[in-house]
Amino acid sequence: MSTAPASLAWFARHELTLSWREWLSMMTGGRRRRGIAIAVAVIVLAVVMHLLAYHMIGDSPPSGIDPDRATLILVTGSALLSWSLTLSQAMEMVTRAFYARADLDLVLSSPASARRVFAVRIATIALSTTALAVPLAAPFINVLAWSGGPRWLGAYGVVVAMGLAASAVAMALTVALFRTLGPRRTRFVAQVVAAVVGAVFVIGVQAVAILSTNTLSRFAALQSDMLKRLAPGNDSVFWWPARAIMGDVPALLGVIGASVVMLGAAIYFFSRRFAQHATAAAGISATSIRQRRRADAFRPTTPARMLRRKEWTLLRRDPWLVSQTLMQVLYLLPPALMLWRNFGDHGDTLVVLVPVFVMAAGQLAGGLAWLAVSGEDAPDLVATAPITSRNILRAKLEAVIGAIAMVLSPVVAVLALSSLYYALVASAGILTAAASATLIQLWFRKQAKRSQFRRRQTSSRVATFAEAFSSISWAATAGLAAAETWFALAPAVLALGLLALARALRPR
Amino acid sequence: MVNDRFPPALQVRGLRKTFVRPAVDNLDLTIRAGEFYALLGPNGAGKTTTLRLVVGLLQPEAGDVSVFGIDALADPVAAKKIMAWVSDEPMIYDKLTPYEYLEFVAGLWGIDAGDAKASAEDLIGWLGLGPHAHERCESFSRGMKQKVALAGALVHNPRLIILDEPLTGLDAGSARQVKDVLLARVRAGGTVLMTTHILEVAERMAERIGVIAAGRLIAEGTLDELRIKAGRRDTSLEDIFLTLVGEQAAAA
Repeated sequence: MSTAPASLAWFARHELTLSWREWLSMMTGGRRRRGIAIAVAVIVLAVVMHLLAYHMIGDSPPSGIDPDRATLILVTGSALLSWSLTLSQAMEMVTRAFYARADLDLVLSSPASARRVFAVRIATIALSTTALAVPLAAPFINVLAWSGGPRWLGAYGVVVAMGLAASAVAMALTVALFRTLGPRRTRFVAQVVAAVVGAVFVIGVQAVAILSTNTLSRFAALQSDMLKRLAPGNDSVFWWPARAIMGDVPALLGVIGASVVMLGAAIYFFSRRFAQHATAAAGISATSIRQRRRADAFRPTTPARMLRRKEWTLLRRDPWLVSQTLMQVLYLLPPALMLWRNFGDHGDTLVVLVPVFVMAAGQLAGGLAWLAVSGEDAPDLVATAPITSRNILRAKLEAVIGAIAMVLSPVVAVLALSSLYYALVASAGILTAAASATLIQLWFRKQAKRSQFRRRQTSSRVATFAEAFSSISWAATAGLAAAETWFALAPAVLALGLLALARALRPR
Repeated sequence: MVNDRFPPALQVRGLRKTFVRPAVDNLDLTIRAGEFYALLGPNGAGKTTTLRLVVGLLQPEAGDVSVFGIDALADPVAAKKIMAWVSDEPMIYDKLTPYEYLEFVAGLWGIDAGDAKASAEDLIGWLGLGPHAHERCESFSRGMKQKVALAGALVHNPRLIILDEPLTGLDAGSARQVKDVLLARVRAGGTVLMTTHILEVAERMAERIGVIAAGRLIAEGTLDELRIKAGRRDTSLEDIFLTLVGEQAAAA
């Protein structure tokens, strides 16, 4: 293929270089030394994931190319679960590509074919989506191939096909949103749709499990008799992806062929419109939004109240940030459904809700605390105001705790109606997890723009891991405490140790 | 309008701050109450660092900063109450309207709500922000954002206004509005300390001009005093500035 300037190959090389550097900078935060640490972490993670996959799959995966219906349902269900996450990721990338102004002016003002550039850009999105999906699936495929034979390696082909198909569908969905809603609303709606798409299958399967078996287990739903009765016949094309995963070569070729055709069609139809939509997206900052003048403006107030109100107003007016920070709340829907189903029941089933709420609180607090502490868009203004930095910090943390209380107190209140003990344990866990995540954000604060929220996890790996593991540990503590076992002390000690370690590693 | 009855609006003694090399090196500076003072210097001379040390955004390694007699290092909250800071990059909240932004700043400074409202409405009018007062700032041009930031700095009626390159990126009309507002403040008894690369602005607006190079104040005075110091009568501030900075570079 020609690599002459402005040729497809030339643009492809340019796009791949940019994608690679972007990924590298996200992973290493621009520090060379981090590269080695990241490489070590990736190897450790790969080993852990393989062990986990071995534990889940065991020594005897289903073999043969004509498996029973239950296996087909289970494999198809699992594939759909991961495809929904891949689709969510692809939508996120397509939306970002539309709204990143970056080199748009340069591309559109150059004599090069814009269609060619955007065709390559869509292909790069497909490649990036696939590149993200492969490492997640690889441990399971490798374990299956090791214990069930090399025919399972065909699953790699299915993962690639899923990445390509997800990118094509994501492109079509985003363009459809653009045409129906316009550029301003699409950004928010596409982000929400991406989040919902990623969660809806998991939540949906959990909801079915709750309604049919009263558990949160996804696999319980996938193995139900009802699903076996409703599923299409064994010869249906619907099972091709599952058969392809299990090594059926014609099915594999069919699945790959279909995904290539889907991506080709997306490139053919949408590369022409890409420039048009990206230009429209770039122009949205020129349109103004009027706010209603508040009747209570300029009422006597305190600096702390003003700071809290500012934090809440900024959050409320940024739907994209809301969708990013409240993503965890989506996962509260199945537990809420379970709560509703078991309302008034004093049985032990509700104990599983306690760790879910605590985990959500920790994650939510991490995001909100970053926005309040690090994501200050006018740091000079706040720092030069006649208030002590301690009071500024206190007001901002009150804003974070207030937002968490607003989200979680209704579910805890309903839980209290069923079990006061569970509600008390959940409240203590929520407060502790939220306080821990907030403390970590305080120790690792680094001034940034709110628009850099997505990158907050790359600014400090220590902070990211500490935040995640402390939430997990506090969730485990609360779960075990709700189950009234002294084993709850073990994760609590672990969480405290993690906090001490994070504090010791904080930048000075 | 210089007023010698008050203590100096700003008195800096032996101020020092080092990053890789000394950014501010034993700097002494006195700004009188009611004065319009322009601080000039080549890129990297230490102008912005000096201002950030004065407003409390950086901690000095040595030296004293006093604002109207208040020790700004010992009692920063009291000093901040009577100061305002405008940086070269307008830092405002895109999701707030100018009116809401001014309400927020007034709340932070804890000023009387009635006074704040009147002051905000005056500033919005003077700076030509009226038609956009209730629009979110996210769609504003850089110049409009800078005017909102300036209005925020003035809404609490500070006695000392410190500005770092406030006219960067403003069109002629906006620059004129900003200059008029600043001159009006000085006429009303306020004090302005401003850095600028636009020498014509310093020449026309400032009562006294300081020239800083390598973190030290190398010359200070009225335009005529600087002409004498540079040994170049009947010449522009640009020529004087280049002569002084050139001499300093040669001496270093």
